[in-house]
Amino acid sequence: MKHRTLKALATVIALATILMLGACHKKTAPAPPPPPPPPPPSPTASISVSPDTIQAGQSATLTWQTSNATDVSIDGIGAVQASGSQQVSPTDSTTYHLVAKGSGGSQEASTRLTVTQPPPPPPPAPPAPSDEDLFGQNVKDIYFDYDKSNIRPDQQASIQADVQFLTEHSNINFTIEGHCDDRGSTEYNLALGDQRASAVKNALTTAGINASRIKTISYGKEKPFCMEDNEACWQQNRRGHFVYQK
Amino acid sequence: MRTGSGLGVEKVRLAVPDFKPSTGDPQNAALLKTFNDTFWNDLDNSGVVELVSKSFYPLQVPGQPAEVTFGLWNVPPPNAAMLVFGNLGVAAGKVTVQGWLYDVKNTSSPQVLGKQYADVPTDAAVRLIAHKFADEIIFRLGGGIPGIAESKIYFVSDRSGHKEIWTMDYDGSNQYQVTHQGSISLSPRISPDGSRLAFSSLTRSGWEILMYSTDLNRLVSFPRLGGGNFSPAWSPDGARLALSSSRTGESEIYVCDANGANLHRMTTGKGPDVSPVWNRKTGAQIAFVSGSTGLPQVYSMEADGTNQQRMTDQGYAVSPNWAPNGQFLTLAWTRKYGPGEPGSSDIYLMDIASKQWVQLTHDGGHNDFPWWAPDGRHIVFESERSGKEEIWMMLADGTKLHQLTFTGRNTQPNWSWK
Repeated sequence: MKHRTLKALATVIALATILMLGACHKKTAPAPPPPPPPPPPSPTASISVSPDTIQAGQSATLTWQTSNATDVSIDGIGAVQASGSQQVSPTDSTTYHLVAKGSGGSQEASTRLTVTQPPPPPPPAPPAPSDEDLFGQNVKDIYFDYDKSNIRPDQQASIQADVQFLTEHSNINFTIEGHCDDRGSTEYNLALGDQRASAVKNALTTAGINASRIKTISYGKEKPFCMEDNEACWQQNRRGHFVYQK
Repeated sequence: MRTGSGLGVEKVRLAVPDFKPSTGDPQNAALLKTFNDTFWNDLDNSGVVELVSKSFYPLQVPGQPAEVTFGLWNVPPPNAAMLVFGNLGVAAGKVTVQGWLYDVKNTSSPQVLGKQYADVPTDAAVRLIAHKFADEIIFRLGGGIPGIAESKIYFVSDRSGHKEIWTMDYDGSNQYQVTHQGSISLSPRISPDGSRLAFSSLTRSGWEILMYSTDLNRLVSFPRLGGGNFSPAWSPDGARLALSSSRTGESEIYVCDANGANLHRMTTGKGPDVSPVWNRKTGAQIAFVSGSTGLPQVYSMEADGTNQQRMTDQGYAVSPNWAPNGQFLTLAWTRKYGPGEPGSSDIYLMDIASKQWVQLTHDGGHNDFPWWAPDGRHIVFESERSGKEEIWMMLADGTKLHQLTFTGRNTQPNWSWK
């Protein structure tokens, strides 16, 4: 009997345990649902430009890669393949902004291409001043007294400067125009202007300038430099005027 | 001094009633206006008659001889010695003008002149008829000296934008441009026969004398002389030219044939010599301007360059011109010249033998380039009296001054020889 009792007890305990365990499990965990499908993978995107600095006018290669994307575009370029590369040559610094959209979401990536302006071309070497410019800057007109065609003492410095320049530039041919103020008579002024032009020519040839380089012409009072009726203006018009001969 | 106009004789009192229409043509009115204005102006300008004011005329004026009533004309108020009358009419595409000059004091044989003219019925043709008839009358009443109503005046005008040579009738009408050089053209001088015009022009090779044919209406050849060549002048026979040239240095007076050949230098010495002009009666002397003693003075010399004489004693004397009678020079003279001397350039008349002078213009600004009319009674000149240079005309005693040009600046008048 005693053995039977023990066996019974063990069974009870076991059952109790089982019951307890079973009761306990029944309380905390209902039957599990079927497992969900795995979530779609997110797109990936990368973009780079090489080189990342160019001068305006040069080009760079834009390279991009995406995955899991169905719709890829780059601002300023438009829709592009999922991966690829393209030559770009913007004139100004540009940020290339890539958007890759897929069922797993969207991903963005950017790269910046810096464009530097080319250095200004080196300024052209200033042209050597032309003979005509030098002539205009250096040769001085000769002024005369009223009704006179002799070279005044105060004009000798101009004559000397003219002789020096014309000696140094022996390739230049030129015309001396004789001018008069408008007070005298037309025909006499033409002859007087002729005389003034000749006086200047003679002063130059005496100083060694070759006469074959010199033309003279009188304008009398036909081409005044100044039109007012006063001595300052008349003096402007009484002159031997140098003109470069092209 | 007697200057050739007036000569102290009493001028003929001439009555000139307007000509009358002789047909019913509608063109008559306009042509009569041109004729009557031109004809009156010619006689008035002539300096040889005293026109009787129209306010003294009777109401009925004659158009033909049968209509003349002597008693209405030969007593005061008109008190005319002579009467000009006539008629004008257009018929069959022609205009006909009939005109008579009557000595109304001589009632038994009054007709001095009777003329008939026919031409195309244009304003220009009628103007010319008026000039021709006026010249006939002036010839008879003016001591046998031809009138100048058909003469021309050449001059320089800038109205095209360049100084070019222009011409006009002696009364300022019919102005037109002769040269088209497009540079500067000056000093026009028409030949005695009117066929060639010499002038000085700025060419590519400088100032040269150019020759224009008024028959061909174009330039004809004339040699390029080199240097500055100015102020050509015809000898009265038309065979030679005097001119100023600086071809050998200073401006000197040269004489050459009319075609430019046989160039001879007449003057030497310092100072510019310019503006030669021949004694147009004899052709034996040349007057010119020289700056050899400073300010320009008028000189005369024999045409071969000998016997050079200074004519003016002071001031600034230029632009001599010889009167047709050979006795007088006109010139432009500023007698008192220089700082503080507000003298103006005026036209003077000088008796060559005595060097006595009279001043013809007064108080009229700058006056220059006097040139005698072929009748020896008129002088044309350039004056700034209107504010800018224009051509004016006067009798040789300085009276009857009137302006001929009004457009642009007009200078250096040159009167034709007939």
